[in-house]
Amino acid sequence: MAEATTPETKEIDNAELHRNALGRNEKGGAPRKKNFFQRLFKGRERVSADAGEKNNWKAWLYLAPSIILLAVFTFYPLINTIVIAFLKDYDYVKQTNAGFTLDNFGTVLGLVGQTSSQVTVYRWQCYSSVVNGTTHWWFNSGSGAISEVYFQTDVIQYALPNTLIITFVTVPISIFISLLISIGLNSIKWFKKILQTIFFVPYVTNAIAVGMVFAVLFDYQGIINFIFHLGSTPWIDQAAPTWRAMIALCIYIIWHSLPFKILIFLSGLQNIDKQYYDAAKIDCAGKWRTMMNVTVPLLSPQILYIMITSFIASFKEYTSVVGLFGSPSTDGGGTKNMYTIVYYIYDQIKGNVGYGGAAAVLLFIVIMIFTAIQFQVSKKRVYY
Amino acid sequence: MENAKKEKSVDTRNFIQKLFKMKTAQEKQAEREANPEYQAIDTSKMVLVIKEGRANAAQLEKAQKVARIVGTVITYAFLLFMSLIVLFPFYWMIITSLKSTTEIRSLHQTFFPTNVLWSNYITVFNSFDFLTYVGNTLVVGIISTIGTLITTIFAAFAFARLNFRGKNVIFAILLATMMIPGEMMVITNYITVARLPWFEFSTGTAVTGWLTYKDSVFASMIVPFWVSVFYIYLLRQNFKQIPNELYLAAKVDGKSDWQYLWKVMVPLAAPTLISIFILKLMGTWNSYVWPQLVTTNNEKWRLVTNALRGSFTTTAGEPQYGIQMAATILVTVPLLLLFIFFRKYIMRGVGRAGIKG
Repeated sequence: MAEATTPETKEIDNAELHRNALGRNEKGGAPRKKNFFQRLFKGRERVSADAGEKNNWKAWLYLAPSIILLAVFTFYPLINTIVIAFLKDYDYVKQTNAGFTLDNFGTVLGLVGQTSSQVTVYRWQCYSSVVNGTTHWWFNSGSGAISEVYFQTDVIQYALPNTLIITFVTVPISIFISLLISIGLNSIKWFKKILQTIFFVPYVTNAIAVGMVFAVLFDYQGIINFIFHLGSTPWIDQAAPTWRAMIALCIYIIWHSLPFKILIFLSGLQNIDKQYYDAAKIDCAGKWRTMMNVTVPLLSPQILYIMITSFIASFKEYTSVVGLFGSPSTDGGGTKNMYTIVYYIYDQIKGNVGYGGAAAVLLFIVIMIFTAIQFQVSKKRVYY
Repeated sequence: MENAKKEKSVDTRNFIQKLFKMKTAQEKQAEREANPEYQAIDTSKMVLVIKEGRANAAQLEKAQKVARIVGTVITYAFLLFMSLIVLFPFYWMIITSLKSTTEIRSLHQTFFPTNVLWSNYITVFNSFDFLTYVGNTLVVGIISTIGTLITTIFAAFAFARLNFRGKNVIFAILLATMMIPGEMMVITNYITVARLPWFEFSTGTAVTGWLTYKDSVFASMIVPFWVSVFYIYLLRQNFKQIPNELYLAAKVDGKSDWQYLWKVMVPLAAPTLISIFILKLMGTWNSYVWPQLVTTNNEKWRLVTNALRGSFTTTAGEPQYGIQMAATILVTVPLLLLFIFFRKYIMRGVGRAGIKG
């Protein structure tokens, strides 16, 4: 029986290999695996030998500590934060609010502003004028009184663009570099262990502490300027321009995010069957072709996992900014040009919680959308 | 089917060649045969030599060997270069901590301090309550780690071994919480902690007598972190690998679930539990946001990381890099020591995350 099945399995493997090698999608091949939810609700598994139902209360007793803690510190906060995001002028010390509103979201996105006399107005009710290079917004209340309107632009002007730049610069670059490093590590014979350990070291460091080290490296009198003969170009302080500070920040984030990715890719590479490489060799595939058509497709589950986790992580970048700059700005606290979304949220906890809540909900939605897109894409591109 | 495809492609090729007035294969062959030199070749004296390009088999093998060596050299060069980049910040941290401020600020940067200065470390211990912060961090870290281990063991046992209604649904809900950004929770958790009856952040005093303000600050840094879905998932995977037969044998011996959990499952899952212990401890050592929030009013109860940032700047706001780096080393060294001694557990614990996706 076993002899009869072995060649068959091999044949399927070869077919799959062939598909992968050609870089084609599976079509009419082996039946698709059940999706996540189908697997989830397939009913009770035959896990253990005990009678099931009678253990109900006991199981809940074992789960109780976790469930209670999660209820208080995860599920309730989740709902409560969404509620807070929709409350006007919520004050958590006095437990008061001024009713339901969408203005928090408007304020965060810079669409809702306030006049000097604390009247809430929308951007489309105002008109702008440029005085000495800065834009001022004005509101005509109708009775002839014109007052200036102030919009919060920290998120729209700094936090959102910065977060998007961090995400779309650091994620692809760090995935590419860590793929190269892990493929390199997987192919060598000598010093493999020690190199592997070296590449993992940044993972066990303190993000704030190493951020401070990078602040020394990128100081205007620091080693980076010295090595590259850049004079005393400011990177992170001395009111450095945002784009230059962004380069320093991205380099630091990539440096700090490599080890986890290398570890995951390496464990994925070690699980790839050697047969695939032998088959590729027989087909006279070169190193590059083998990498693109065998290694990368077979590593696609790990790549997907890393993509999702690092997208989420870079949307939540915060400690790296604190470590590198100490404050959300390059000039010591004036303009908040190094804000990220999460930095804004934390600043609002002790300011206006409603704004913080609204920003957190927006972040949550963005992360959900990105994760959903990646799962959709992965359906076509990931080979299991 | 295959043949038909081939014919079709040949047809297409011929068509394209005609289109661009190129000679087709048949025409070329006919031309060659018409050549008198071609007709004069004596095929009986021909010897078969395998050639690719201009090289024969031996040369080809040699070229392949050279290519392999060159490939290996390039790989090593790349890896060495990258590992230098990875290690350089550590090197710079160490030598900066031994330099004087004038040397750090000099135009000509030195790759080794001209005179090694240990006084930076002494300054750290004198002006910075390093040991207090380490003590705070250890208290918070160890208590929250033990709490996490207990809740994790219980929950993982329930998910891996017991059967109850709604098990898969609850497990899925727990896993889904891992996708939610923690910032959603931090806002409300801060409000929850700040509004507890025995806790008054604004004045910095405890309302009732049986808990001091210090206790409540510590409690707020510990209790919310007594549960971790990721570790529950990790341990459940480990528990599930333990064969059913052991459970049945324990049942035959009249052991209860409770005894089975502590006598069999926990010892067998010890490596994972050690991984969790170390990762959690490192997490507390590195935690910044939450302690920063709850200790705003009293900096004495901060954890190391919070104390580190923003310390050692002159009154003019200029950072004193030498002393800062000395403090940074003091924060980094314990982590590196943990890594050296528990490398296997740390890498296994972190790496396990990716295997099942």
